[in-house]
Amino acid sequence: MAAHQEDLLHTVSVDDVSPGRVRLGKTLLWASAALLFAVFGIQALFEAGAIEYGFSNWRPILYCYILWAIALCASQVLVRGEHGKRALFVLPAVLFVVSMVVFPLLFGVYISFSDWNLASLTGRKFNGLDNIRQMISDPFYWNAMYNMVIYVAAILVEYAIAFGLALLLNAEIRARKFWRVAFLLPLMLSPVAVSWMIGKSMMEVRFGPLARFARWLGWENPSFFGSPEIAKLTIMMMDAWTFIPFMMIMILAGLQALPKEVLEAAKVDGATPWQSFWEVTFPLMVPVSITAVMIRIIFKLKLADIIINVTSGGPGGATDSVTSFIFREYRDRSNVGYGTMLAMVYLVLIVIFMTLVLKVADRLLRRPTTLN
Amino acid sequence: MSATPHSKDDYDRSQRTRWILSRLVIYSLLVLWAIVCIFPIYWTLTTSFKMAPDVMKGNLIPWWDYVPRWRGWKSLGLSPDTIFNVSTVREEFLKRFFNSVLISVSASALAVMLGSLAAYGLSRFSYRFGFMRNSDISFFFLSQLILPPVVLALPFLVLYRQLALLDSAIGMIFVYTLMVLPIVIWIMRDQFSAIPVELEEAALVDGLSIWGAFLRIIFPLALPGMVAAFILALVLCWNEYFFAALLTSTDAKTLPVMIASQTGSQGINWWSMAALSAAGILPLVMIGVLLEKHIIKGMTAGAVK
Repeated sequence: MAAHQEDLLHTVSVDDVSPGRVRLGKTLLWASAALLFAVFGIQALFEAGAIEYGFSNWRPILYCYILWAIALCASQVLVRGEHGKRALFVLPAVLFVVSMVVFPLLFGVYISFSDWNLASLTGRKFNGLDNIRQMISDPFYWNAMYNMVIYVAAILVEYAIAFGLALLLNAEIRARKFWRVAFLLPLMLSPVAVSWMIGKSMMEVRFGPLARFARWLGWENPSFFGSPEIAKLTIMMMDAWTFIPFMMIMILAGLQALPKEVLEAAKVDGATPWQSFWEVTFPLMVPVSITAVMIRIIFKLKLADIIINVTSGGPGGATDSVTSFIFREYRDRSNVGYGTMLAMVYLVLIVIFMTLVLKVADRLLRRPTTLN
Repeated sequence: MSATPHSKDDYDRSQRTRWILSRLVIYSLLVLWAIVCIFPIYWTLTTSFKMAPDVMKGNLIPWWDYVPRWRGWKSLGLSPDTIFNVSTVREEFLKRFFNSVLISVSASALAVMLGSLAAYGLSRFSYRFGFMRNSDISFFFLSQLILPPVVLALPFLVLYRQLALLDSAIGMIFVYTLMVLPIVIWIMRDQFSAIPVELEEAALVDGLSIWGAFLRIIFPLALPGMVAAFILALVLCWNEYFFAALLTSTDAKTLPVMIASQTGSQGINWWSMAALSAAGILPLVMIGVLLEKHIIKGMTAGAVK
């Protein structure tokens, strides 16, 4: 277990921390903390109208927080000597993430139980469980949730295509680097540019080359965003287009790391390419595939940019993802409270879903090893 | 085997036709997918040089069925005959462009710095912060990856307004650093665990401190991994749209937000949109072509053992 592991890098620490140094470190820490609380208190009282002078915004509190964070790092070294210097590797990142994630998350929980229109002057109103009630009876939110399920399910198709492409790139071909770069390019492009390039111009009904192509194939009136089903499919394809290279590269790396002897042995034993793929290559590729699909799911759950820019959820919410729905909800009504509640529920569902997926993946990963 | 070969000759021939057939299939699939990948980029680039009739007629090949003009680039103020004139569109574009450069480069650099230090610490020492051990701290960092941006976006909006960080470059840098930090830690953890610990032990014996050993011995060795992490972070930051659309309005607006705001307006010309999109994606296409090796290295770190 990693929890009881000793340091990998052993150091012979000479901890000559004098009592004066410890005192200095502690004073530094507490003085900066006191400053932070004092400034925070002054500003809070000023905002509440209890005292007359304060700052025009909360920026000074941020500076005090940064000062406190630096003091914390310094006091670690001063008080704990060599151990403090080790903590200094991880401490900045931990402080950064805690202040940027944990604090806003708690704040988010706080505002999700309120009716807060940023545009109006009335400010924040606590409204208890109203947001939850509104959410349960909000058909568009659940519709967006249902869309997410379909979008995530589409990953299976993307995975199959990515696997095929990786096999192609792994075959004996000339100019492999050229093909690899060409296949990687869609991943480099910003979703916003892709929305215009493909969604708005190439799929334009009259002049877009894709529409022309569809007409040439015999589709009379190619409207890619007309009916809900086709619009959903179009969004899926555009998203797949940008992200297939990602899975492809990971699977390709897995293919290249396969032990050559096993494949040779299968060939010597007279396995057809089809057999050797399903009996040898694919089972060996399961761990890499799981990693690739998991990361892909994580990115898919954040899908929004293309939808916001191409369909803005239409027609009738058929292409909405949860993120794009909340984005529009905020844009239209600038109600921070309700949007945050929707996002929080989404987060809870994601955490539950990812935990389940991790469990399943864990089991899948363990099976091959027990068979050996 | 479907057909039993009569002689060795027949067998060889059937093998060869099979081989040729498989080559044919492989290369035609490769070409097909390469067209799927490259055509949109080609289309955008060529459209930026088209006039209205060329767009309507669906001409595709320059100098063959239409004559390229600087029309789209002229509207951006970036064509040869307008580049020395004053152009408000160009100024706007350059401002957004440099905002994007500033924000994505600083955020990636900050993330690589924080992330590398943390990953190194986690790969070498065992920590205890309260109940959290090393594996918990690692999980804490990596779990940020599943946090969808929409959860943080609205709280950030409110907090940034109070802190007067809304629409400021520094605020965006913080957000983007947070966004790419888990990925950087993921990559760098893999890199550091590949470096043998004996190197630092030798350095410590020679009298270097742990930070000295990190900076003088490990840092140069881990530099290629850091470059890979940096480039991957850069790509992600450059393309980010969601946070930028919510948290910026005038001063710190980035290029994707500018492109998005142009697509929304009706009556915008195809050629100028194409020029704008092309200008937005070209830096990344160049990065993709030139630094492909680093990007692949970054993406596959930790995936293949």
